[in-house]
Amino acid sequence: MKAEPHVSLRVYVLVFAALIALTLLTTGVAFIDLGGNLNSIAAVAIAVCKALLVILYFMHVRYSDRLTWVFVGAGFFWLLLLIGGTMNDVLTRPVRSPDTASTSTGVSPR
Amino acid sequence: MSKAEAVRAHQFDDSGQQHEASWIGMWVFLATEIMFFGGMFMGYILYRSLYPAAFANASNHLDVWLGGINTAVLICSSFTMASAVHSAAAGKRRTLVSCLLLTMALGLVFLGIKFSEYYVKFVEHLVPGISFVYEQRFAGPAEIFFSFYFAMTGMHALHMIIGIGLLTYLVVNSLRGRFSPSYHTPVEMIGLYWHFVDIVWIFLFPLLYLVGRHL
Repeated sequence: MKAEPHVSLRVYVLVFAALIALTLLTTGVAFIDLGGNLNSIAAVAIAVCKALLVILYFMHVRYSDRLTWVFVGAGFFWLLLLIGGTMNDVLTRPVRSPDTASTSTGVSPR
Repeated sequence: MSKAEAVRAHQFDDSGQQHEASWIGMWVFLATEIMFFGGMFMGYILYRSLYPAAFANASNHLDVWLGGINTAVLICSSFTMASAVHSAAAGKRRTLVSCLLLTMALGLVFLGIKFSEYYVKFVEHLVPGISFVYEQRFAGPAEIFFSFYFAMTGMHALHMIIGIGLLTYLVVNSLRGRFSPSYHTPVEMIGLYWHFVDIVWIFLFPLLYLVGRHL
């Protein structure tokens, strides 16, 4: 690895402030009905932004070499394969969501 | 001989190569952690897509304020951890020890709030099992939601406890003067672990606490 990248404390303070601001934003937005799936999309989008800030700055990935990027990227890429592949199957089945059909079916209540 | 050379294992050409190997090795471990938590996130996404109304209803039984405060506490602890790595690189031993102790303290605050939440869930009969009580309409799927809640936050809490143990190791070794600007790889690696655990919570908070708030 190249000479130790010395990230200034100012960068950490800015990232910290952004993370707190995004936490307030995600909590606030959650109480507003955006309609459809927009609430979930907003929540996940904000969480992804926060995660990127942590990974790039707190975890120094932005200052790491390309080989580290490959390993970081591989982990998240396989996670996307897992979720993408599974939901591609589940969401395209003809019959789904017992919740909307009848809430008492599916898992038997106690 | 510099401190970094003093701790170089014989299979490496130089301390730079050893340092790079540590970073990549740690990220390989974190990739397995992504997969480990990813399986639970996958299960959560699947069941939530099957029972959206019940999951929203059950989610509203969680205390959004305690969850939000805990999110802020973890973000603060990530900041103090990043500062710890920064101080280690600058060779400021006293600042390093203070930052590590502060990180541990914030971790303990998080766990304290988390377990007080668990206690309330026990009292309210929201722990899956024979004493689970929920309104008839959503009972089955709500129990699934709470199973995910306890499995995911429980595994996360276990990672926090392990993290606090690792921080104890760092504090002891910092006090012994084992780290220097040229060698502080353990501080960096445990920092990566701590930030990863923070990222898991960054996703758990909206998925568990916020999904039903707009209803």
